[in-house]
Amino acid sequence: MTINRRHFLGAAAATAAVAGAPAIAGQAKPKVVVIGGGPGGATVARYVAKDSKGAIDVTLVEPTRKYYTCFFSNLYLGGLRDLASIGHTYGNLAAKYGINIVHDYAVGVDRDKKTVTLASGSVLPYDRLVLSPGIDFIKGSVPGWDVSAQNEMPHAYKAGSQTELLRAQIDAMPKGGVFAMVAPPNPYRCPPGPYERVSMVAFRLKQINPTAKIMIFDPKPKFSKMALFQEGWQNHYSGMIEWIGPDFGGDKVEVRPDAMEVVVDGEVNKVDVCNVIPAMRNGRICDIAGVSDGRWSPVVPATLQSRMDENIHVLGDSAAQGDMPKSGFSANSQAKVCAMAIRHALLGDKAFPPKFANTCWSALAECDGVKVGATYKATPEKIAKVTGFISKTGEPADVRCQTYKEAWGWYDSITQDMFG
Amino acid sequence: MTGLGRNPVITLLAATGIVGSLFFADGVVASETGGDPEKGTKVFARECGTCHKVGPEARNGIGPHLNGLFGRRAGSLEGFRYSKAMREAGENGLVWEFETLDLFIENPRSVVKGTRMSYRGLKDADKRRHLLAFLRQFSDNPRDIPEAAPTLPEGPGFQVPESVLKMEGDPAYGEYLASECFTCHSKDGSDNGISPIIGWPPEDFVVALYAYKTGYRKHPVMEMIARSLGDEEIAALAAYLATLQPSE
Ligand SMILES: Cc1cc2nc3c(=O)[nH]c(=O)nc-3n(C[C@H](O)[C@H](O)[C@H](O)COP(=O)(O)OP(=O)(O)OC[C@H]3O[C@@H](n4cnc5c(N)ncnc54)[C@H](O)[C@@H]3O)c2cc1C
Ligand code: HEC
Ligand code: HEC
Repeated sequence: MTINRRHFLGAAAATAAVAGAPAIAGQAKPKVVVIGGGPGGATVARYVAKDSKGAIDVTLVEPTRKYYTCFFSNLYLGGLRDLASIGHTYGNLAAKYGINIVHDYAVGVDRDKKTVTLASGSVLPYDRLVLSPGIDFIKGSVPGWDVSAQNEMPHAYKAGSQTELLRAQIDAMPKGGVFAMVAPPNPYRCPPGPYERVSMVAFRLKQINPTAKIMIFDPKPKFSKMALFQEGWQNHYSGMIEWIGPDFGGDKVEVRPDAMEVVVDGEVNKVDVCNVIPAMRNGRICDIAGVSDGRWSPVVPATLQSRMDENIHVLGDSAAQGDMPKSGFSANSQAKVCAMAIRHALLGDKAFPPKFANTCWSALAECDGVKVGATYKATPEKIAKVTGFISKTGEPADVRCQTYKEAWGWYDSITQDMFG
Repeated sequence: MTGLGRNPVITLLAATGIVGSLFFADGVVASETGGDPEKGTKVFARECGTCHKVGPEARNGIGPHLNGLFGRRAGSLEGFRYSKAMREAGENGLVWEFETLDLFIENPRSVVKGTRMSYRGLKDADKRRHLLAFLRQFSDNPRDIPEAAPTLPEGPGFQVPESVLKMEGDPAYGEYLASECFTCHSKDGSDNGISPIIGWPPEDFVVALYAYKTGYRKHPVMEMIARSLGDEEIAALAAYLATLQPSE
């Protein structure tokens, strides 16, 4: 799909007009519709509503009444958090910020009429539409697996009932049983996520089933914080975890959900739990809206506007923006830049040069955390990494414990920033 | 010798804020300090391609292959025979990033004095920018490996003020200052395990000390010593040390 230049000339003209005459006096309030109530969607809805002080009408469409964060869902698997503590509702966004919360599913976007159709049949008009629908899985990426097998072999890569199921399966493993993970190919949400999960599963098994084994089948030769994870696994769970990379067939995996088998380069492994994390792509609504390149949705880095329609913004995991990893922190950071761009476009509010940041913490064990972070800038082509940091191997325990605690503080702050 | 030139567009974007995105959207401006990888392809072929290979099929040749270069410690590829100087530079903490590469490509010997890479250096800052943008494509992507090296240089790059390069140093003052140096460096230019510092062209010497001073070149002792020296002192040392010739 190619970029439609006409849209951008249109954008230039529209913005120039707004800059010249900010007031849209006498007209109905401009309308922003947000699809998806995760870190991208909830944050952008809250910031647009909060900072426009009621001058923009904001509607948030999200099917679930309770949003379970993927972040910290691994700590739930490890037994370090309970499920209730990672569930959030949208009550404050409605009560404190006047956002219209619609618990429904978007099924259609008419870009010419600028309307969104919901599963219930109702139609929402918009001046700006924000899509932050997270990820969907690529069909057939793990031979033998599709969503109909998610009860036998859960993905637990969208949090909630899937995470609960995986935890129950781990707890029910026979003594000395095998937990298998099929890790995803790049790019996917939360680059260290699968490996933090392995750490947390090991943490739990060490307590309830210490002779159990963990096998990771990985199509990638290398993953984020690899040296830190391997050091942590050696320190805490020596002999428990085996990582099988592409050199040993990690990229040639087939699963048989009925038989609970993982076939690696022709060799059959019997396993007791199998966590299949398939390849990922943007949420389906991006395809429906016609803003996807077939896998992700390309955006203008400075405003998160779709390259294909200047009235649509795409945030978070679904966006093809450049160097930012697909994380909750990134989605939240992009949402703030996007909210500023929307207020600038619709109200003529002042906009500052965009700045982005991300930090991903990972728990290796209780009170042992590591982190990786970076700052980013918008260039015409992409959001580009400028500087960064990462925890070091061999750090003293008190530094690691500090990092672990820092993540808990971050969790409280970001969920408040999202849900008010 | 100059570092990366400041692009006037930066100031423009900063001043206009989001309106700059219109430039972005239309693809009118070049990125802030990032180069154009396509232009870099040609620079690479002309300047480096005879000795270095990069890309999926790349192997070591006269020079090491340049895949995964960003974030890599200097002189650390297994299976390539580096000079002692390059290996030591890596052991002392030299890591290839935009800034260190920019300097190395501009003037290889000001970063790794005894390098076997016989290349005169590429003085054109724009060409270096494009070349680095091209080379960056063959290292890890921060989207997948967040800790991977940046894809955009942080600042305008390594720069030695023109005024310092032009400064006429006082050799007598230099002689006085150099006495501190000769507690470690040999006075006759022999390599006692610490590289000799006499007989250098003054400009290379100034660049080398500035590289330590600004932390572009890593070495705890020399960074500390260079930071303690003012511009006039560096110029004086350069003038004096250039007058000494190694005895054979
Ligand atoms: C195990 C795991 C651990 C993680 N750990 C971390 C971490 O420590 N730190 C971190 O920063 N990130 C972490 N992440 C990543 C983080 O969860 C995601 O990157 C983040 O949730 C992306 O936000 P988003 O807004 O793009 O999408 P989501 O959070 O997925 O939100 C999308 C929402 O859109 C809704 N939706 C989808 N389609 C429609 C539609 N058609 N109509 C209406 N609504 C729709 C969905 O119901 C969903 O609620 C982790 C992820 C996983 C899986
Ligand atoms: C005449 C051959 C030659 C040319 C031309 C040349 N190089 Fe080199 N390069 C080498 C050799 C040989 C080495 C190893 C140096 C050593 O061990 O001291 C090297 C080393 C390097 C290194 C260090 C790699 C590492 O693993 O630490 C980099 C980076 C590099 N060259 C980049 C370039 C670039 C970029 C160009 C073009 C602007 C270039 N070189 C041109 C021969 C060359
Ligand atoms: C305490 C010992 C010590 C003292 C004192 C010292 N140096 Fe050094 N210097 C070193 C070492 C070790 C290196 C090699 C560092 C490296 O590999 O980067 C070095 C490297 C250098 C280099 C780069 C050499 C090359 O081959 O690239 C220069 C130039 C230099 N020193 C100048 C000076 C000057 C000028 C002084 C005095 C003001 C001085 N040094 C004082 C230890 C010292």
